[in-house]
Amino acid sequence: MMCPYGKDYLIMSVRSLFLPIKSVGTFINCIFSSILDFFISAFDVVFSILQRWIGIRGMPYVFALPNLLIFGIFILFPMLLNFVYAFTGGIEFFPDRRPWVGTANFEQLLTCEDFIDPNTCYEDLFWRAVFNTSGYVISQVGLMVIISLITALVLNRNIKARGFFRSVYFYPVLLSPIVVALIWKWILQENGLLNGNIAGLGYDKVPFMVNAQWARFWVVIISVWAFMGFYTLILLAGLQSIPSELYEAAKIDGANDWQLFRCITLPLLMPTMLVVLVLSSIRAVQIFDVVFAFTGGGPGTATLYLVQYIYEKGFSSPSKQFGLAAGASLLMAGTLIVLTLIQLLLRREEA
Amino acid sequence: MKARNLFVLSMVMLLLAACKPAVTPTEAPPPEGVELRFTYYADGNEADEMQTILDRFMAENPSITVVLDVVPYQTIDEQLPVQVETGEGPDMARITNFGAYRGKLLDLRPYLSDPGYFESNFPTPVLAAMRAEGDASGLHGFPDSLTVTGPYVNKTLFDQAGIELPGDASWEEWTELTQQVAEATGVQYAISIDRTGHRFAGPAMSMGATLIDASGNFTVDTPGFRDFAEILMGWHDAGITPSEVWLIGDSLNSCIDFFKSGDLVMCMSGSWQINGVAGDVGDAFDWVVVPNPTGAGGSTGVAGGAGVVAFADTEHPEEVAMLMEFLIQAENYGAYSAGTLSLPAQTEVASTGVDFETDNASVLGALSAYTAEIPKLQDQAVALNVHPFAFAYYRNSANRIAQYLTSELSLDETLQRLQQDIDDAIAEAGQ
Repeated sequence: MMCPYGKDYLIMSVRSLFLPIKSVGTFINCIFSSILDFFISAFDVVFSILQRWIGIRGMPYVFALPNLLIFGIFILFPMLLNFVYAFTGGIEFFPDRRPWVGTANFEQLLTCEDFIDPNTCYEDLFWRAVFNTSGYVISQVGLMVIISLITALVLNRNIKARGFFRSVYFYPVLLSPIVVALIWKWILQENGLLNGNIAGLGYDKVPFMVNAQWARFWVVIISVWAFMGFYTLILLAGLQSIPSELYEAAKIDGANDWQLFRCITLPLLMPTMLVVLVLSSIRAVQIFDVVFAFTGGGPGTATLYLVQYIYEKGFSSPSKQFGLAAGASLLMAGTLIVLTLIQLLLRREEA
Repeated sequence: MKARNLFVLSMVMLLLAACKPAVTPTEAPPPEGVELRFTYYADGNEADEMQTILDRFMAENPSITVVLDVVPYQTIDEQLPVQVETGEGPDMARITNFGAYRGKLLDLRPYLSDPGYFESNFPTPVLAAMRAEGDASGLHGFPDSLTVTGPYVNKTLFDQAGIELPGDASWEEWTELTQQVAEATGVQYAISIDRTGHRFAGPAMSMGATLIDASGNFTVDTPGFRDFAEILMGWHDAGITPSEVWLIGDSLNSCIDFFKSGDLVMCMSGSWQINGVAGDVGDAFDWVVVPNPTGAGGSTGVAGGAGVVAFADTEHPEEVAMLMEFLIQAENYGAYSAGTLSLPAQTEVASTGVDFETDNASVLGALSAYTAEIPKLQDQAVALNVHPFAFAYYRNSANRIAQYLTSELSLDETLQRLQQDIDDAIAEAGQ
C-alpha cells in the first residue's frame, strides 16, 4: 500500500472512514509519516523565507545559532564572568557590588617564600593542591596510557569472548563517579571488605584511606579503573585502522611480535596515543568528583586537588572567597592551555 | 543587506532566549490564596513534626498554603545563601548559620500582632545575631531548639567491663577509662569527637581556651586549645579513635555512627542526636549522656541550635509573619519540642516544661543530662554559635586540625594557619 503524504493524507483519512482497513499497522505508519511530513513542510516554508531574506550564505549561521546560544550562555558568559570575579574582592555574589582589587587575588595565590615548600606560601592549600594535582596527573596519565594500551592490544587479538571482555572493560565508564567512589570506599575503609579479608587471614588491617601514601595510590588506581575503558576504546579503534597487510608483509620478512609492535603498531598508533594523552591529561587535571566522594581530599590534604580547592573556596566554604576561587581557576586554565600548546607543538614537529 | 538581516535575526533570537519563560499552569499560585515556600532540613523527625503543625496552621488559615521543601543540610549550607543572594530564595527556611543572612532577612516586627511576646520569649543574643549592623530591634526569626554539646557513653560496655561510670572527670581520665573498657570488652574504639570546630570548642574551653574575647574577637592560640589538640593527637597515635572521622572528608563528620553500631565507647556529639541514637540503638545496648569533662577552665559544652527565619524578598510578609507567630506560640512550639525530643529555646515552654513524647529511659536521662549542662555553659560557649564568623572557624578548624593530625603541620603552624583563615574570612567580608 502506498503511503500518501501532505494533502493526500486528508483525502486518504476521509476515504478510510468509508473503506475497510486492511492493515492497521500501515494505516498508523501513514498517519505518523504524514504528521512528520507536515512538520517538515512547515519548517521548509519557514526556512525558505529565511533563506530568501538572509541569503544562502547566512543559513549555516542560522543552523549554528541555537548551539552558539547555549555555548554563549553556559560557557562563554561564565568564562568572562570569571575574569570579573578574579579581579574583584568581597563576599558579594553580584559583580556590580564587588569592589575592584586588581591583581590582589593572584598575589595572594602566588605569594611564596619557597615555591617548593607549600608551608611557606600564604595560600598553602592552593600550593598543596598544585603539587598533589601534578603528582596525580603524572602518575595517573602514565599508568592510564600504559594499561589502556595493553588492554587494547589484548582485546584486539582474536581471543575467546572478545565482545564480552570489551564490554567488561568499558562498563565502569558508564557508572556515576560518585557510585564508583562509594563502591571503593566500602572496599577500602578501615572496616571495609578488603580489610575484613585481611583481618580474616590473621593480618593487621591496612590504613588504605587514612594513610597519605595509600590514599594517593588508591585514588590513582580507582580513577584508572573508572576511566580506562574510554581510552581503551579509542586505542582499539586506532589499532583496527592499521592495515593488516603491513603485518603480513613484515611477517614474511621475518619480523617477530616485538618488532611488529615496535616498528608498525607503535608508530602508526602514535596519533591516536597523542589524542589519548591530551584527553586523559585534561581530565586528570580536572579530577574532582571521584576523589571528593572517596576521601574528601584527605587524609589531611593528601588528596586535595585543584578543582576541589576552587570548589571549596568558591562554593562549599561558609566564607565564600569567589575572587580567590576565580583567580585559581584562571591560573589552572592558563596551565592547561600551555600544556596543550606544548603537546600540539610537539605533534607538529613530529609531523 | 543580507548580513544586516542575519544580525537582526540573531538579536531577535537572543531576545527570545532571554525572555522570562511563561508561567506554566503548575507554577501558578492558587487562584484565591497565597503559597509560602519553607525550605527545611532535618536530622531526625523534625520535618514530620513541623508538617503536623503546618497542617494545623493551614486548617486555620485556608487561604494560605505552606509547602515544606525538605532538603539535605548541605543544600542549606551551600545553595540557600546563593538562592537568597540572587532573590530566588524561599519565603522561610530552617538554618543554623544565623549570621549568614544578616541584611537579607525580613523584619517581622511591623507585621506581628504581638512583637513583645516574640521578643521576650527568645534569647536576646540569638535574635541580635540575625540583625544587620545598625538594626537594634529587628525580629527576623527564632531558634526552634536549643542544642548543647556533650558526650554519649555506652553504659553496657562499662557494665560488662566492670568499671563504674565516673561523675565529673577530666578528658585524660575519660581517655584512660574508655580505653580500659574497650580493651576489656574487645570493642574497636574507645573515644572520639565529631569533626568540627563546634564540638572541639567545648573541650578546649573546658581546658582553659579563650576562643572569643569580650570584644568578640577570635583567638585560637590559647593553652586550652593546644591541650585538647594534643589530646586528640594522642587518641590517633594510640589508635583508640576511629581515624576516619577526622582524617577523611572536608567538612563535618560525626562519630555517632560508630557509637550507634556499638564500636565506640564514648562519642562527643550533641543533644540533637538523641532521637537518632534512640531510634538506631533501640534495645541493643544502654547508653547515657554524661557531663562534659572537666579541665582548667571548668566544664562546658557549646550551645547551638537551628532556627527558622523569614527572607526579606518574600512577596507575602503578612502571611509569613502570621505563620512565624503561629509557630512560636507555646502550644505549637511545645508540641514540636515534645515530638522532636529537642530542648526548647522558647522561654515560656522552657519554664513550664516539656512533656517529651517518649518513655525511653535513656532518652529521658539524656534530655535531663543535657538540660543540666545549660547553666554550666560559659559565656563564650553561648556567644560562639551566634558569632557572624563562627562557621568560618568551624570548617577551617576541622580541616587545619586534620592537617595537624596527619603531621602535615606542626601545632604552631596549625594555630597560625587557622588564625589566618579566620582573619582572611573576616577581612574578605569587610571589603
